[in-house]
Amino acid sequence: MGMGVRVRVWGDYALFTRPEMKVERCSYDVITPSAARGILEAIYWHPGMRWQIDKIYVKKPIQFTSVRRNEVKSKILAGNVLQAYNGASKPLYISSKAEIVQRASLLLCDVEYVIEAHFEMTKEANQTDKPGKFKDIIMRRLKRGECFHMPYFGCREFPAHFCLCEEGEIQTAYDQVMEKDLGFMLYDMDYTDPGNLQPMFFRAVMRRGVLDLRDCEVIR
Amino acid sequence: MSEVIKNRYEFVILFDVENGNPNGDPDAGNMPRIDPESGLGLVTDVCLKRKIRNYVETVKEDEKGFKIYIKEDVPLNRSDKEACSALGIEETDDKKVAEALKKLKKDDPDADVKLRDYMCENFYDIRTFGAVMTTFVKASLNCGQVRGPVQLGFARSIDPVMSQEVTITRVAITTEKDAENKQTEMGRKSIVPYGLYRAEGYISANLARKVTGFSEEDLELLWEAILNMFEHDHSAARGKMAVRELIVFKHSKELGDCPAYKLFEAVEVSKKENVEYPRKYQDYTVLIHEERIPDTVEIKRIV
Repeated sequence: MGMGVRVRVWGDYALFTRPEMKVERCSYDVITPSAARGILEAIYWHPGMRWQIDKIYVKKPIQFTSVRRNEVKSKILAGNVLQAYNGASKPLYISSKAEIVQRASLLLCDVEYVIEAHFEMTKEANQTDKPGKFKDIIMRRLKRGECFHMPYFGCREFPAHFCLCEEGEIQTAYDQVMEKDLGFMLYDMDYTDPGNLQPMFFRAVMRRGVLDLRDCEVIR
Repeated sequence: MSEVIKNRYEFVILFDVENGNPNGDPDAGNMPRIDPESGLGLVTDVCLKRKIRNYVETVKEDEKGFKIYIKEDVPLNRSDKEACSALGIEETDDKKVAEALKKLKKDDPDADVKLRDYMCENFYDIRTFGAVMTTFVKASLNCGQVRGPVQLGFARSIDPVMSQEVTITRVAITTEKDAENKQTEMGRKSIVPYGLYRAEGYISANLARKVTGFSEEDLELLWEAILNMFEHDHSAARGKMAVRELIVFKHSKELGDCPAYKLFEAVEVSKKENVEYPRKYQDYTVLIHEERIPDTVEIKRIV
């Protein structure tokens, strides 16, 4: 695990949607491994590497708030786009008056985590790609605050600020709590078969404010 | 079309409201949104994006390349077009579509990418904010998600806002039956006497280059739209709203020169010392701590 990094991330709001409640979105109590991976990938990613989340430190108490917004309920239909592409005079837009729904979201507020992760090389890596090279790029980006795009906590309207975590001993909000069971949580999506993405779950148990994902049992 | 943007940007928008409701909360009977813990007023990201879309639609009038995909109102010429499709054009199109689709799937695995690029080219809001499309090839294009380079967070007021209920009367009665019994009807309006809000945004040059092609020209239009987003959005509910300041941070590189939080923290907006109840923009001072910002980041204040 020589190629590990620790990244401190924080923000005002977060929404890690529970898949079982995704119409009126409701957040998990803490960041999911897949959202943490997304944050790291927003900072740096290359086909030659794969992020693996090891630990998540919960640095602020878990608190919720709710926001209801007007949202559109439909997606852009590829068929309609194709018609327009082929020159049909079909109007191409979504009228938000007709397609509107009001949905509440249960958000986390004032969040801060430390993500401890490492990366592994994949088959896509070029000859010249060495773990050390990736590591250097990642450290440079973390130090300078560079990113591919601004990382976010679950949804793009909740930006995630980030910096390199340089604390040796990480304090969490739940240092005094031996064990807190958060139930089954989404681990990540399984992308091995692109035509058939499968969710993977795990039993999230936070011990003294830390979610340890090394050797955790992943259920498909 | 002009060149795709090459620099990362961050921006801070300061806007204020006077005797109006900047963004109603459907959960609270359309009262202004308030963060229940701090009492600070909120304006959602989507509310501001709606205003930007509306401005672009007003100014560009569906000019080629500057169409708006998510519209608030159905434009007048829609009925004409519907008339055309009622004359059977629709059907032939559908057939054509089905055929074209089959062909497309067979000889063109990049069909989804082509259609996405077509959408990005034509629609300003998709190029800017992104959109979600259904796709032909399952699980391609990241399930149809097109991320735009421009990302906005929730806007929050600098100080707690007080929402005030104003009861009003009207003399016109809606139903005949009510008209027999009463002279006036009562209505309600919620207003914020004054609130200065701060919104923060990000523009990723990478997503612009690799995905949507958001250009320098689009960027200029975005700044213009942000500055004028309330100028064409006056209504009884909004009161007096105006963008007071737009502070743009231009990084020298595509990936950026420093973390976004450092730039945002360098912008300090505070109530003047002897002001207890802020009621106007002049009750605030805006200070940019330039010494905390790297020299390579260009600061532009557009008022």
